[in-house]
Amino acid sequence: MELVVFYVAAAVAVVSALVAVSHRSPVVNVLSLVVTFFCVAVNYALLGASFLAAAQILVYAGAIMVLFLFVVMLLNAPSEQPTPEPRPVQRVAGLALAAITGAGALFLLLAVRVTPGVAPIDGNAVALGRLLVGPYLFAFELISVLLLAALVGALVLVKRKH
Amino acid sequence: MWAELAVTTAKVVVVALAMVTTVPIMVWVERRGAAFIQDRLGPNRVGPLGLFQPVIDVVKLIFKEDVTPAAANKGLYYLAPLISLGVAMVTFIVIPFGAGHDVSLFGVPLRGLIVAPDLNVGVLYLLAIGSLSVYGIVLAGWSSNNKYSLLGGLRSSAQLISYELAMTLAVLGVLMATGSLHLSDVVARQSGAVWHWNAVTQVIGFAVFLVAAFAETNRLPFDLAEAETELVAGYHVEYSSMKFACFFMAEYLNMATASALTVTLFFGGGTLPGVTLTGWLGLFVSTAVFVAKMCFFLWLFVWVRWSLPRFRYDQLMQLGWKGLLPLATLNLVWVGIAMTMGWLR
Amino acid sequence: MAIPTTHFVILASLLFAIGAGGVLLRRSGISILLGIELMLNAANLTLAAYSRQHGQLDGQVFVFFVMAVAAAEVAVGLALLVAIYRRIQSIDVDRLSIMRW
Repeated sequence: MELVVFYVAAAVAVVSALVAVSHRSPVVNVLSLVVTFFCVAVNYALLGASFLAAAQILVYAGAIMVLFLFVVMLLNAPSEQPTPEPRPVQRVAGLALAAITGAGALFLLLAVRVTPGVAPIDGNAVALGRLLVGPYLFAFELISVLLLAALVGALVLVKRKH
Repeated sequence: MWAELAVTTAKVVVVALAMVTTVPIMVWVERRGAAFIQDRLGPNRVGPLGLFQPVIDVVKLIFKEDVTPAAANKGLYYLAPLISLGVAMVTFIVIPFGAGHDVSLFGVPLRGLIVAPDLNVGVLYLLAIGSLSVYGIVLAGWSSNNKYSLLGGLRSSAQLISYELAMTLAVLGVLMATGSLHLSDVVARQSGAVWHWNAVTQVIGFAVFLVAAFAETNRLPFDLAEAETELVAGYHVEYSSMKFACFFMAEYLNMATASALTVTLFFGGGTLPGVTLTGWLGLFVSTAVFVAKMCFFLWLFVWVRWSLPRFRYDQLMQLGWKGLLPLATLNLVWVGIAMTMGWLR
Repeated sequence: MAIPTTHFVILASLLFAIGAGGVLLRRSGISILLGIELMLNAANLTLAAYSRQHGQLDGQVFVFFVMAVAAAEVAVGLALLVAIYRRIQSIDVDRLSIMRW
């Protein structure tokens, strides 16, 4: 049962990710990436990380992708035109590099030997919260500073000069 | 297994039907309420007191011509109303509508009139799904290929994102006091007496939440996404027939969800102060109490809509970022202090 | 039965490669940012998967941090795009040659 859910979610994730990076229209790109993020949220739920699943939808689908959509509409970004001169070398090199990156990631991740068997964990909000304000308190505070800096930085960048 | 499935199905059917039924009733209440506030009569021809007016309206909407603009982005144009309605239809599964922890159906404990009692992210689920409603509006605005629609869509996405922050912070105060994401725990903590209600212990948080809820449901005084007088009708100008009806239903469903959430978070849900509710009787009484409280807030939505003028866009943003956000933070500070000092039980 | 960790890892690698391809092949600034988001998500998925494998929540905490960093990255990235668009009326990175002489 769970395996079926996983396969469906994985297939949808990969297909919509492909659409997201290959379609010409920016709005379609953004929307299919939202679908991918949903499938990743399903994967989190399958992994027992229910808090992360909710946070994934709240942060990625609910905030980040809306921001993308907002900018796409604000700039009224046109669909990407095919380049006047075909650039086969760049294309092949890019694809090869992407394939190598993926294969390398897969190889490295699978090469790490871990004890077989899956330990059940419960990724609930209470346990995560205890870790966040316990051992990771410093990183947590740093993140808040980073977010503040990003906020101010974004404001300064788009501020029109009078 | 099968009995559990049956119980869940029964709960889904009961709750979903109840939520959908509020739509025509609210349409009637809104029209009659508007008439009452404006000293008119309102619809009174179809049925007693015009009660069957919504039925006639639905028939009219179904038979209207369904126009699709030639320059619209077809796929997204059809998808947008479905997103709006779909999001509105799935949010309420974590809201506990009534007690009933000690009764069982088909030999399976009912665990309260709540569709998904095991979903351990409760409120977070509601906020996450609720944050998706912006897609319906933005896509409708963009895909119609109409400048008024686009302006409405852009306005509303900025508005929804801004007010979501204040709303989430206000909810955070309640969650902090409760120490659980389950809405049934939130309700349980508020039982006993009126001064246990979060509306009393967190007045500021409640005020912020209520204002943000009005903004999140795109209701006057915050309906800048529609704003008939300047944007014609905003994001749904180009929609007609049942596609328009989807947006219309979604708005009323969102109102019902927002009211139910307000009752759950701040007004003790289905609990009646000083009364212990048990068994089937308790289930029915608490559901009735919940619905009664909910009706008040639904009426409040209508009342405010026909009493207050619309905000200007810059005023809206100022209120959201400079007014509500600091107030919500203040509420969090208050909850923290009150909990440390042991003023909240 | 529970799904083996390798399944998640393979899915994550696929998503990562697709994201990397997007970053390398596309010319629209928005698509490049989308590709980066996809890569971050793939990394998050492996973190969550190994978090379950080891029975420790630390991996999930890291996913949380990555999400926060991604949000900051998107805010600044999109602000940059808007600023660039104001200057050259395009978000095509090929045309972004102001820094070149």
